[in-house]
Amino acid sequence: MAVKSLNSIRRNFSPWTDPAAKPYIQFENVTKQFGDFTAVNNLSLTIYEREFYALLGASGCGKSTLLRMLAGFDEPTSGRILLDGQDLRGVPPHKRPVNMMFQSYALFPHMTVEKNIAFGLKQEGMASADIAKRVAEMLKLVKLEQFAKRKPHQLSGGQRQRVALARSVAKRPKVLLLDEPLGALDKKLREETQFELMDLQQDLGLTFVVVTHDQEEAMTMADRIAILDKGEVMQVATPQEIYEAPGSRFVANFVGSMNLFEGEVTRRDETSADIQIGPDLLIRTVNPGNSERKAGVNYAVRPEKIRVSSKKPEETGVNSAQGEIFDIAYLGDVTNYNVKLDDGRIVKATVINSNRLAEDPLTWGDRAWISFKPDAGIVLTR
Amino acid sequence: MNGGGWSRFNIASVTAGFAFLYLPIVLLIIYSFNASRLVTVWAGFSTQWYVTLWHNQALLDAAWVTLRVGLVSATAATVLGTMAALALTRYTRFRGRLLFSGMVFAPLVMPEVITGLSLLLLFVALGVDRGMMTVTLAHITFSMCFVAVVVQSRLLTFDRSLEEAAMDLGATPVKTFFAITLPVIAPAIISGWMLAFTLSLDDLVIASFTSGPGATTLPMKIYSQVRLGVTPEINAICTILIAIVATGVLIASVVNKRREVQRRRDEQAAQRT
Ligand SMILES: Nc1ncnc2c1ncn2[C@@H]1O[C@H](COP(=O)(O)OP(=O)(O)O)[C@@H](O)[C@H]1O
Ligand SMILES: [Mg+2]
Repeated sequence: MAVKSLNSIRRNFSPWTDPAAKPYIQFENVTKQFGDFTAVNNLSLTIYEREFYALLGASGCGKSTLLRMLAGFDEPTSGRILLDGQDLRGVPPHKRPVNMMFQSYALFPHMTVEKNIAFGLKQEGMASADIAKRVAEMLKLVKLEQFAKRKPHQLSGGQRQRVALARSVAKRPKVLLLDEPLGALDKKLREETQFELMDLQQDLGLTFVVVTHDQEEAMTMADRIAILDKGEVMQVATPQEIYEAPGSRFVANFVGSMNLFEGEVTRRDETSADIQIGPDLLIRTVNPGNSERKAGVNYAVRPEKIRVSSKKPEETGVNSAQGEIFDIAYLGDVTNYNVKLDDGRIVKATVINSNRLAEDPLTWGDRAWISFKPDAGIVLTR
Repeated sequence: MNGGGWSRFNIASVTAGFAFLYLPIVLLIIYSFNASRLVTVWAGFSTQWYVTLWHNQALLDAAWVTLRVGLVSATAATVLGTMAALALTRYTRFRGRLLFSGMVFAPLVMPEVITGLSLLLLFVALGVDRGMMTVTLAHITFSMCFVAVVVQSRLLTFDRSLEEAAMDLGATPVKTFFAITLPVIAPAIISGWMLAFTLSLDDLVIASFTSGPGATTLPMKIYSQVRLGVTPEINAICTILIAIVATGVLIASVVNKRREVQRRRDEQAAQRT
């Protein structure tokens, strides 16, 4: 129930909730093995037209392999990949209506920026006047007009990345695959480029599949995120759902930071549940989940949803505990506290510094209370 | 001079080394301008041997044969060697790859006498008339593996994603090879060609085995004349050869150096923008 309003806040776009919507890209039980090693394991995914879809996972979990199978550089060992209903098996890369922006950019070193961008258009047999027009358009889009005649080695990292982007969208592919597109950029340039990519995707009406290991990047850009681990999908959901309603301990820990309290469900009904965490902490939540499991469940609550105070909360007994300040990290906008509860548990709490001077200054070794609201966290049974 | 600089010992050893390398060549060049026919007696400066050389039809013919054999064999060896290198780096899993690579590279260490002799036996067995064609074929055989080595080492560092990017953009595999792969590895192919050409130019042993009447190469001609006594004409033609090779090497290194400097400057400029 608590997941009631966890829709994408970015735009009003959610074909995955519409049973009549036609899937555009489908991975059906795809497995990819390299020798004995299984890089992708019986994986199924559905991506809709005009969706901005992110594949998020640690390095080596098979993200690039998925893209490469979609682009046609690798064939699945078993399973099928469908694009707009058509089975892609056996279709060579140069005949697939998808374009890829490579992790290494893969710019042609012997060609100028202009020629790099024109390459794909030439293969289509486009008239040279049209090519020139499109190339100029692309250069303008990525703000590289005055670099048209340069060779890739004469460009900085950020400029190369933009050439790679321009080259891959020049053909107006139906699907654009981006493999860690912003990986080589510094933080500031990255953030700018994220918004540029989102605008580009909106303006051209393309379907984007972007691979990243940076969760912030995925959260910023994507309509939906697929969390991958060891070649398997752990969860597919909107950024907000992934963050606020992770489906498993793995996802909860992988995205952002999380407090997990392991305990036993002592009471459960439709709208609430009590979980006993050790002898001292009783949690009462309005998000009981829908599993019947009682023992060994986890209550997951994000640090920013925990209050830290030297004063005793009004209501004690549930959703609160006492401990002492164990660690403090002041980051300017927020302060992170590690509170060591009296039973030895460490709880992470993040406090937003909305005032310049703290009203309730806490320091190392101080006694403090932690508390949270009944809808602060969720119950995880996996 | 600073710390790691030029001690007397260093200067002495460098001088000795260079003298050892270049003194014979310098002597040869000097004596090619000797007015006397006697090789060991200096009788004043003259260019007469270059003039007589110009009228020595046999030597000129030999030079012409060598040039043609070199051009044809180097070109053919480059094509075959590049193909072998591609097969070895790209299809890493075919059966008998190890045997194939061993067989491609064996001629590198095979004594020339054996290569020459076995080719001779082959041509005799096939009943082929020995002449320019057989020399050319023999040169292709032994220089092709040198090209393969040079091109293969370049291909090992070649970024395959360039080819994938080209195909991704709609280029067929053949188009990709000619538009992307070939231009990118071209410098290695050119050095392979130059290596093959040089090997063919100065080969004596294999040419002696496989050539026939009317196809005497320059090294064969020089060798046979020297056995009758060194003439200043030989010195002259050797000087010309040295000049050609030195010019080639010089141009290649200047071009390389320029490109390198330009590249570094570009990269620095790119970092600033
Ligand atoms: N051609 C290949 N041969 C063998 N193993 C491969 C090959 N390509 C990828 N792998 C392995 O598959 C796993 C997934 O790789 P990849 O999809 O590139 O991961 P990432 O999620 O970092 O992009 C890695 O462990 C990698 O070593
Ligand atoms: Mg990758």
